[in-house]
Amino acid sequence: MSAGVGVDLENLWIRFGDFVAVRDANVNIKGGDFFSFLGPSGCGKTTILRAVSGFLEPSEGNILIGGKNMKGVGPNKRPTALIFQNLALFPLMKVWENIAFSMEIKGASAGERRKRADELLEMIALEGQGDKLPSELSGGQRQRVAIARALCAEPHVLLLDEPLSALDLKLRQHMRTELREIQKRVGITFIYITHDQGEALTMSDSIAVMRAGVIDQIGDGKTIYNDPATPFAASFVGENNVFRGKVKQVSGDRVLVQSNRSGELLARVSTANVGKMKEGDSAMIFIRPEAFELARTGTEGDHYVSARVVNEEFEGNVFNIFMEGDGGKEIKVSLPNHGQSFDSHKGETMTLRYDVRNAVAMPAGVLATE
Amino acid sequence: MNTSLIRVSVWIYLAIFFAYLLGPLVIMSATAFNSPAFPSATPWECLTFDWFSALFQDARILNGIKNSLIIGAGTVVLSVLMGLAGALLLTQIWPKLRATYYTIIIAPILIPGVVLGISTLVFWDRVNRMLGLGPDSALSSGLFLTVIGQSTFIASYCMLVLVARLQRYDVALTEAALDLGATHAQAFRKVLLPFMRPAIASSAVLAFLASFENYNTTTFTFGEYPTLTIELAQKVRYGISPAISSLAFIIVVLTVFAALANEALIRRRELVAAARRKATVAELTGGLKLPGFLSGNTAAVLLVVMGIGTVVVLGTAATYRPDQCIADVREQKRLEAEKRAEELRARRDAERKEKSTAEPAAPAPSTGAGNNSGSFGNVFNPGTLQDGATTPAPDAQGSTGSGGNSGFGGVFDPNALQGSGN
Repeated sequence: MSAGVGVDLENLWIRFGDFVAVRDANVNIKGGDFFSFLGPSGCGKTTILRAVSGFLEPSEGNILIGGKNMKGVGPNKRPTALIFQNLALFPLMKVWENIAFSMEIKGASAGERRKRADELLEMIALEGQGDKLPSELSGGQRQRVAIARALCAEPHVLLLDEPLSALDLKLRQHMRTELREIQKRVGITFIYITHDQGEALTMSDSIAVMRAGVIDQIGDGKTIYNDPATPFAASFVGENNVFRGKVKQVSGDRVLVQSNRSGELLARVSTANVGKMKEGDSAMIFIRPEAFELARTGTEGDHYVSARVVNEEFEGNVFNIFMEGDGGKEIKVSLPNHGQSFDSHKGETMTLRYDVRNAVAMPAGVLATE
Repeated sequence: MNTSLIRVSVWIYLAIFFAYLLGPLVIMSATAFNSPAFPSATPWECLTFDWFSALFQDARILNGIKNSLIIGAGTVVLSVLMGLAGALLLTQIWPKLRATYYTIIIAPILIPGVVLGISTLVFWDRVNRMLGLGPDSALSSGLFLTVIGQSTFIASYCMLVLVARLQRYDVALTEAALDLGATHAQAFRKVLLPFMRPAIASSAVLAFLASFENYNTTTFTFGEYPTLTIELAQKVRYGISPAISSLAFIIVVLTVFAALANEALIRRRELVAAARRKATVAELTGGLKLPGFLSGNTAAVLLVVMGIGTVVVLGTAATYRPDQCIADVREQKRLEAEKRAEELRARRDAERKEKSTAEPAAPAPSTGAGNNSGSFGNVFNPGTLQDGATTPAPDAQGSTGSGGNSGFGGVFDPNALQGSGN
């Protein structure tokens, strides 16, 4: 299997008439990485993928694969293979013919093709199913056939366009691990498109968060989750409680924000925004539901918010507590379930303690609308 | 309301409906096996296969079939190609232009075939002259003109069939092929064309049938190559024969065969697919166990039954000679005619006897007429106009001769009229 090569997007613009689908994207994807584009539908991530695979010419900027500029190179000449959202298996060909299609194009004999197809079928754990038609396979099996078909072309870069979105939850989670394993085994670059932050976080070496054609942040899963660069990244990836307010005082990477409804809150300025916040600016502070610690009133620490418990839900791995602060401010708290006894505090006013490192502040901006 | 009454009326309705649909075909098929020279199902005279041999000895009909087949083949090729190109363009064209384009492409179906025929003739004649070619050039050949003329509108039919299939095509399949390294030509040949194959087959059948049965366009363009429909139309002008019924019967049988074969094939494919779906991996790899050709396949059973029936009929036709029957029928007809004549004579005799007893002085008026039995039944015989006959003759022999010679059983025998007139 060929080694993965890097993919670089340089000042990439893609326009459809007046509509800008991708705005000045600059991405460096390392060879052999599992790289995800994460964003809501319509944010331009599929457009980027189609541009990389060659179905779309960028309006401006360059796409480099393995350092070579791909301008004017057709999709059939690029070292990429695309896994379509609906898989696009050829319905009239048998599974093995599907897998070996790229060899048939090159004129390989039926024997050679069959041999290679059987090897790949073994790799995706579908031995002996080569003579079936794609319609006779289950969704997860079809998924793996599509991957095998793409890998058979020996691409340097594998592009995946939300390939798991059609599967049910259990299978989706199973396929995540499987995809990751396949990627490690074949060692080529995977570029993965998804709107599911769980998929992006579990599989990727690197993630690009996209919003309306703009790449907001690029980083590994932990960075994206713990140190979001924009309010959109903070609110789109995982759940977050947002506190709006005005900057009252800045010192280093600490900022004191006078929040609209929850008093003064001290927070850490996210890495990407250090030095960009001044006194008097509107700001946003994000605190994850699991970063709060629920405590009785009167046991306040240094940093806290007071709120009344409105509702409590048990979700299995966590207890979700929905609270209402001053002025109707909604706050969600998640307590991990490690078998502790759980007393209901419904209607009681409680103190929510947090660690300043877990409260991320940044200039106010657009949030993700779920 | 009573449900059984509804059910009965539904059945009656269905019976009427199918009688209306299939009745003419059944009657016409029956005439192909009846011996009278004018196609008729009743009275049934003799089972005969002679009309089939008459059909196969008719050089004009055979030539017509040959021309129809050639033109049909040409039309199929041209129409399917144009239809496929039109259908592909329809899916590729700018959405804004699509409705306009569709209207233009569909227009030939709405234009009367006569107009298409005339305009084809006129247009290609002009082209022919512009190119400075003579009247015997390929462009003015009946074959070329008919294929071109028919294809103008049959291509539209083909396009409609092909577009319906093409709309279910996922463009991602072509993209997947391109992405896997195929050129556009390879993607078309290996992915799109196999997908379109069923629609191409049905549009080809449709094109062939439309070409085969076309009359009003062909009638202007056939030139030296009359098709079967043209020949039939010309024949009908000079009187129809059961040979044409036998041709129609052959076409009906072939159609039913083709339909049954198609149905049997589809049914079989479904059964195989169902069996595959149920089969385990081991069964699939260890050789596919197919159900027997006939099990659970009504169409296949019918097909086999019809095949056996055809063989039996052909075998019978090879050995069966209806000469005796036809001779019998002729003899029977003759006897009937004689009998009727006899009856008439007897009645007249009786009447005359009555008369002679009533007025014995009056001479028998009919006796002279009976003597001069001519081909016109004596209507022009001046003797009949005479009130009283001057030549007494042996009346009995005269009227017998007249009745026996007439082919109409003596009904036109003026003697009979005279007998009653007096």
